[in-house]
Amino acid sequence: MSERPFILVNGERVTLLTAGALLLGDGETLVVSDLHFEKGSHFAAKGVLLPPYDTRTTLRRIATLMKNLKPRRVISLGDAFHDGAAEARMDEEDANLLSALTGAADWLWILGNHDPEPPARFAGAVETAARIGGLLFRHEPAVPAEEGEVAGHLHPVARVRTERGAMRRRCFVTDGARLVMPAFGAYAGGLNVLDEAFAPLFAEPVAHVLGGDGVYPFWGRALVPDPGFKAAPPHGRAAASGRAG
Amino acid sequence: MGCRPQIARRSPTGHPGAIRWIEPGVQRSFLGAKVDPGFRALRGPGMTVEARVRGKCGFLTRENSARVRAAGLIGGAAPAPSAGMDGEAPLLPDVFARWFAARGWRVRDHQLQCLALAAEGRSHLLIAPTGAGKTLAGFLPSLVELSSGAAGRGLHTLYVSPLKALAVDIARNLERPVSEMGLNVRIETRTGDTPAARRQRQKYAPPDILLTTPEQVALMLTHQDAPRFFGGLRAVVIDEIHSIFATRRGHLLALGLSRLRALSPALRVTGLSATVPEAARLLDFLGGDAALVRAGAGARPLVAILNSENRIPWSGHSARHALAEVYEAIRAAKMALVFVNTRAQAELTFQALWAANEDNLPIALHHGSLDVEQRRRVEAAMAKGSLRAIVATSTLDLGIDWGDVDLVIQIGAPKGASRLTQRIGRANHRMDEPSRALLVPGNRFEMLECVAAEEAIKEGALDGEAPREGALDVLAQHVTGIACSAPFNADDLYTEVVSAAPYARLSREDFDKTLEFAATGGYALKSYERFRKIVKTPEGLYRIRNAHVAQAHRMNAGVIIDAPSFTIRLARKGRGGRKLGTVEEWFVEGLAPGDTFLFAGEVLRFEGVEGTDAYVTRAPGEDPKIPSWNGGKFPLSTFLAERVRAIIDDPARWGALPEQIRDWLGVQRDVSVIPHKEEMLVETFPNNGRHYLVCYPFDGRLAHQTLGMLLTRRLERARVQPLGFVPTEYSLSVWARKDMSGLDMDALFAEDMLGDDLESWLAESVLMKRTFRDCAVIAGLIERRHPGQTKTGRQVTFSADLIYDVLKEHEPDHLLLKAAWADAARGYLDLARLQGLLTRIKGRIRHAMLDRVSPLAVPVMLEINKEMVAGEGREAMLKEASDALIAEAMGR
Repeated sequence: MSERPFILVNGERVTLLTAGALLLGDGETLVVSDLHFEKGSHFAAKGVLLPPYDTRTTLRRIATLMKNLKPRRVISLGDAFHDGAAEARMDEEDANLLSALTGAADWLWILGNHDPEPPARFAGAVETAARIGGLLFRHEPAVPAEEGEVAGHLHPVARVRTERGAMRRRCFVTDGARLVMPAFGAYAGGLNVLDEAFAPLFAEPVAHVLGGDGVYPFWGRALVPDPGFKAAPPHGRAAASGRAG
Repeated sequence: MGCRPQIARRSPTGHPGAIRWIEPGVQRSFLGAKVDPGFRALRGPGMTVEARVRGKCGFLTRENSARVRAAGLIGGAAPAPSAGMDGEAPLLPDVFARWFAARGWRVRDHQLQCLALAAEGRSHLLIAPTGAGKTLAGFLPSLVELSSGAAGRGLHTLYVSPLKALAVDIARNLERPVSEMGLNVRIETRTGDTPAARRQRQKYAPPDILLTTPEQVALMLTHQDAPRFFGGLRAVVIDEIHSIFATRRGHLLALGLSRLRALSPALRVTGLSATVPEAARLLDFLGGDAALVRAGAGARPLVAILNSENRIPWSGHSARHALAEVYEAIRAAKMALVFVNTRAQAELTFQALWAANEDNLPIALHHGSLDVEQRRRVEAAMAKGSLRAIVATSTLDLGIDWGDVDLVIQIGAPKGASRLTQRIGRANHRMDEPSRALLVPGNRFEMLECVAAEEAIKEGALDGEAPREGALDVLAQHVTGIACSAPFNADDLYTEVVSAAPYARLSREDFDKTLEFAATGGYALKSYERFRKIVKTPEGLYRIRNAHVAQAHRMNAGVIIDAPSFTIRLARKGRGGRKLGTVEEWFVEGLAPGDTFLFAGEVLRFEGVEGTDAYVTRAPGEDPKIPSWNGGKFPLSTFLAERVRAIIDDPARWGALPEQIRDWLGVQRDVSVIPHKEEMLVETFPNNGRHYLVCYPFDGRLAHQTLGMLLTRRLERARVQPLGFVPTEYSLSVWARKDMSGLDMDALFAEDMLGDDLESWLAESVLMKRTFRDCAVIAGLIERRHPGQTKTGRQVTFSADLIYDVLKEHEPDHLLLKAAWADAARGYLDLARLQGLLTRIKGRIRHAMLDRVSPLAVPVMLEINKEMVAGEGREAMLKEASDALIAEAMGR
């Protein structure tokens, strides 16, 4: 394997993939978070008839990653199923695809708030949290901070100002000690990293933004709030007034 | 000396095609000799201005009308039977006749024609210039019917205006004749601002006349009691119909009309329109056997082009070089309306005029970003006649006439003859006197465009807009709305829908698909059968699933999608602060704290954002960073473009151009090529180590931008390493690392670029996602964000982008993707125009290989550093922005 770019979280090497997944330093463990299977049909039941293909899209994206990276182990970091009835609503073709994936590697289902019960028909181990080396995997980030924690739950996105207007993309958030993963599910929405929900987690967060062909770090005043959202107290954003140049 | 406007004008007696330019010396004596009232009036003082009747009902005075008839300016026909004179007008009851007489007014021909047609129950279109009593013509038949006892039996007349404010103003104006005649007619308005209690009351005790907007009509049609409410409707009056018939709102209104006709078969529809060339299309829109009524054309406007003593700039639109002369023209006029094309230009022009305002003239600013209250104040001041000039954007193109404007000044290119005609019509609201207008080109190409527009207006030629096929997202909304009101039979609804002109060619298959979409989302590979929003009754009728779904639909109704925006507020100690207006989100995002910009006529400093408020402080005396708002740009019309090409092509006509422009074209002829009007010139030349290709289609910025996107893809494949491009209204410049002069130009501009190249570009483009979001909201797939609806941080919403990606992956032919494509092709890419361009120039490309930049190329070359187009580089931007941040952090 050629050298992959990596960052350190609590001293452990991890590779941030543009697809929004995490590859551990050994190259054998793939982590995806917040898959939210069947979110589309959940909304359809409420009268919002979203295209019913989100589960398939999410599965295909995982399948592509697994085909390319051939991980020995896959960790789903919670909220894999959008609600308790999601597994039942999943259609046969999608269920078969997921079965094939859970058969192709060792799956570890970390339970989340959307899916507090383990899946009934899909293979894999089930935990509320798991430790691998210096990293602790669980769904919801804990306060106060626990070093080496890799969590999901918050669906971070960053809004970044460029010369051609702002772009809003999913991102990883880290301060070097802990990491929050972006949501992987096709319909999973996002929460701006400047939201107060992130404030207790990071003193000086860096958002690693998912671009089309790479993951790019942004921090400080390069991150801007969404309109309509109240930004958390600025992390030194207001201090600088000039422009990058 | 030398400070007077030097005005190019057409000789009043000259035959079409001839332009006579007044030399400075000649001009002065010309001004002294009272040959041309319009011209003299430009100088202003001493002119007597009779009291005029303000407002849309603008009748002629008795004295006027006598004079007008004597001058033979009303129609060509014999004078209409006049109320208050001996002969009783058969169509006009006594009370009306007496009222007219008491005011010293007479009924106009076209008003009587409308009365006659209405008496037959025939729909009609009234095309009349401003000041012709158009609105009264629209209401007169209803008032007459209501006066004879039809009142009090439910809603009689529905008036629909594209502008909420216009509906409210017209209601006010209408109250006067009604109360003066003592008619028992109840007039009410209903807009988005109408309180729920009043709406509720209107439902149970409908007024005789209701003034409203297309959105409200659609909304009222979703109610279960719509059949009762509209069952006795006799008339619909659509004001300013030319401004909406070709838009999505027009589609919504056309569908609404088809429904109203079904509910009240005897309905007659009256369209009121400014002078436009699309009479046939407007008649189609009104439907049935609508008749055309034309008011007398009025006097031809007097149009002059300002030929500044200063150098005409190569590029830019602000006409700053000529603003001292514009100021002089304002000083000489009673009240001038200064039109510009964008809000940013409005701010700049206002600022410059203010700086030149040594006489302290009351000059005001009016554009769509300003706070409504502020706009109302300006309008009121206009009506009172206490202003001397108003700098405005298209916000004053339509609507009520507020004041005694006697001069219209157009700064920058007019863009289209019809638009210019309407703007000019804002001056002098009596149809017997010519409106006067002064065109102020901002650059050399705009000078050509102004000359072309002036010729067109002299000939009374107008440019029309091709109608677009009815949008399917709008149809989906309509179908759901109808289902909310009452169960329907699909065959009947189809028949009804195709009776609406924009949907006349809708196939049954597309209708069924739209119905299926509205009911289940219309997904081919999987069905949401059990979650249907529209269900089928045992009788085979379609109805909405339940009251909850109906309510959600009503919340989401309408076809106007507001771009996300920020409120500009003055920062105060503590919180809050006065609201100055609103600007688009992206503009605020481009600002860093401390940046200054022009807004509402003052220099403001950006302090920061909180929620959807952008806080500012006043920064008088500072140099503003110029706002470059996109809002309000119109493309050059095809019609004017042709005329510009023809002028360039014909050196015999150059004599009519100012010397600077003549020289410019002359040098172009010497060093490069003057293309024939059927040809497109392509120039290639090196400059500063790069290689340039400049072409001159004159097809408007949108079409050129799309062409630029597609050309760069081809040039990449040709391995010349294109680096960027810049479109203008007139030309397109592409630059590359390698020489492009050896390329086969016919192949480069071949029509097939609209195939795969377009497809693959759009697949990656953010443009499609944006249009998809609009379509998805209009069609009711996702709910719109309501203003004022605050989102708590934890509430996670899904974005239309995610839905777009998933739908495109699994079902690329889905109805909504097609609707989004149609919308993008029309609104953002101008594909029809580009297709026309490529077809037109096939085999007609003139390639000039030059060793340096040509005179014609200078304007676009100057634009290059000002605005580079965001092409495919968005991904690259992310990397660049991140790298810049890293570089800064590393102290490099």
